[in-house]
Amino acid sequence: MKKKIQNIIENYGLPRIIIFLFLVFLFILTPFVGIRFDTSINDVIVRFSMNGILVLSLIPMVKTGCGLNFGLQLGIIAGILGAVISIEMEMIGFTGFFTAIGIAIFFAVIFGFLYGLLLNKVKGDEMVVATYVGFSSVSFMSIMWLMLPFKSPNMIWAYGGSGLRTTINTKGYWFHVLTDFLQIKIGNYIFFPTGTILFFALLTFLVWAFFKTKIGTAMIVVGSNTDYANSCGINVDKMRSISVILSTVIAAIGIIVYQESFGFIQLYMAPLFMAFPAVAALLLGGATVGKASIKNVIIGVFLFQSILTMTPSVVSNIIKSDMSETIRIILSNGMIVYALTRITRVRT
Amino acid sequence: MRKQSLTKTMNPGVLFLINYAVPIIFIILIAFAIPLSGLSGIYFIRELMIRLSRNSFLILALLIPVMAGMGMNFSIVLGAMAGEIGLIFITDWQIIGISGMLLAILISTPIAVLLGYFAGIVLNRAKGREMVTGFMLAFFMNGIYQLFVLFGMGNIIPISNSSILLPRGYGIRNTINLLGIRQVLDKLIPLKIGDILIPVATFLVIATLCVFITWFRKTKLGQDMRTVGQDNEVARLSGINVESTRVLSIVISTVLACYGQILFLQNIGTMNTYQSHEQVGVFAIAALLVGGASVTKANIPNVFIGVILFHTMFVVAPRTGKALMGQAQLGEYFRVFVSYGVIAFSLALYAWRKRVEKENERKKIMNYRKSILAK
Repeated sequence: MKKKIQNIIENYGLPRIIIFLFLVFLFILTPFVGIRFDTSINDVIVRFSMNGILVLSLIPMVKTGCGLNFGLQLGIIAGILGAVISIEMEMIGFTGFFTAIGIAIFFAVIFGFLYGLLLNKVKGDEMVVATYVGFSSVSFMSIMWLMLPFKSPNMIWAYGGSGLRTTINTKGYWFHVLTDFLQIKIGNYIFFPTGTILFFALLTFLVWAFFKTKIGTAMIVVGSNTDYANSCGINVDKMRSISVILSTVIAAIGIIVYQESFGFIQLYMAPLFMAFPAVAALLLGGATVGKASIKNVIIGVFLFQSILTMTPSVVSNIIKSDMSETIRIILSNGMIVYALTRITRVRT
Repeated sequence: MRKQSLTKTMNPGVLFLINYAVPIIFIILIAFAIPLSGLSGIYFIRELMIRLSRNSFLILALLIPVMAGMGMNFSIVLGAMAGEIGLIFITDWQIIGISGMLLAILISTPIAVLLGYFAGIVLNRAKGREMVTGFMLAFFMNGIYQLFVLFGMGNIIPISNSSILLPRGYGIRNTINLLGIRQVLDKLIPLKIGDILIPVATFLVIATLCVFITWFRKTKLGQDMRTVGQDNEVARLSGINVESTRVLSIVISTVLACYGQILFLQNIGTMNTYQSHEQVGVFAIAALLVGGASVTKANIPNVFIGVILFHTMFVVAPRTGKALMGQAQLGEYFRVFVSYGVIAFSLALYAWRKRVEKENERKKIMNYRKSILAK
């Protein structure tokens, strides 16, 4: 028995088990602290559909051995660019949404290509370089948001100010176009966002299918053994570049879906730390620095978002103060530290 | 794969340019920004004097882990947190003046040692990626710090002075006024040249630390650290306990950072309970890198050149932004961009060179083997 438990701990990692038990505990507590169970479930589903694609975007880079993409912000910036340009063009509804995605993909490919070039130069130290590339690009774009010549009165500061607002409303453009698509209403409190979930499923399927193709398989080979890949005649740098571009593109789409569901486009320093929750969610789902799968994404996002939804409501009902932010910081960063200290494999 | 000759064939001039790209870019930037900002010389010197006395200690705290080959120690944030906890207690007990500051140091030293030890162990488990781990560790510990200060203090840990507590009865307020120890060290030995106050005592403390670091390099422990920094295996073979040496270097760095933060906050006079420490690591590291240091090599001159260049930029950026674009906010974003950008650039350059050197090494061995086979 003891050995069995040890085995489970070994397999899943202690933090994951603790977090899982914590979550179960929270769910058990809900009826006792006077919170509706169905609204909590609804929140979890909505947040799942909002964040799923962002977490999915990490997969290609992990697969080719580029590590966790701490430079996710580059994709996010591409997505924001797409979103604000589509609003500037006064595109509404599904047209607007897909225009935003189209423009975002265009920028994401460019950013991803350059980012890939850089990451190929710094093999082995991708993560720390990526973090600071992400940070500096966010702060660089903050300058750009002030200077770019946007004109739409819904986006720039009122009363003759210049530059974009810190948050831009997507209402009236493409707010909830996916979320309300084929929405299913269960009871009075659960609104199942079919469109968003379907879109997430579609992208997940595409990523899954991509890794079954010839290029996809070559990428996995690069990730598992660079020397072997070299001797197979696979162009390692090219495969890594493709994975970086892919990650950036998916991240760009992910942030647009997030904005569509959330209702606001957050600019300036808001994207600065967006990479960490996504990375933490993936790790919580059972991924490691060198290995991740679609399954990890789905489990991870579900667990992570459940905790984020449940803690504030449950905990603040018990101790009458909001600890959610603190718990979020400890949880997501602790998960990442744990994962970073776990790997013994040193790539050369 | 074509650019492998980066370090081998380039002439010394180009190599110099690459090695010192960051300081050179900075000097050029500043040379343009100063005249545009329209600041007076006196104001400028006064600001620089303040910033030298305020920041040098924290940056000096980074030097020892670099020696031990652990790169830039992003986890000095932990030391800063320890220092802040000491300051919270002395503010609570209302102990003022130099004695208050000394007491804060006394309280926070064991905390810093403990945190440093913890950080050292974590970083030992993440060899080869100390920097990203240290960086995430700082974020993680920020959460623990919040738990401790925002929910624990006044609750589990008794705080008698209700003026530093939040209205709800527990948790420390967002800002704490450190009036009791405000600039006590800076004004300990009063010296004024014209309009400029010179914080003699603070500079003496910084000078002492410089002497200590120079001395430390020559001790047995310092030598051991340098050996560990050069090659873990060689160090192990020569009987050095690599793991504990690395932990020790982080502990020293954390304790120094703790003192540095106390020094920093006594100069400012107010403490942002939850934000003061957050950027400590980033700004200190960026300044050190601007001073011409790299991830593997950093010395005392780098620190002072770094402070002067980096903080000159800090002083002039908002004014220049305003002069150029009519928006001070622009300069604000610009200096954040530069801090992050400098770190990104230096780290990328370092990683690139490391890889190229490795490739060259491998090629050399391959050629050697080939020549033996040919014989």
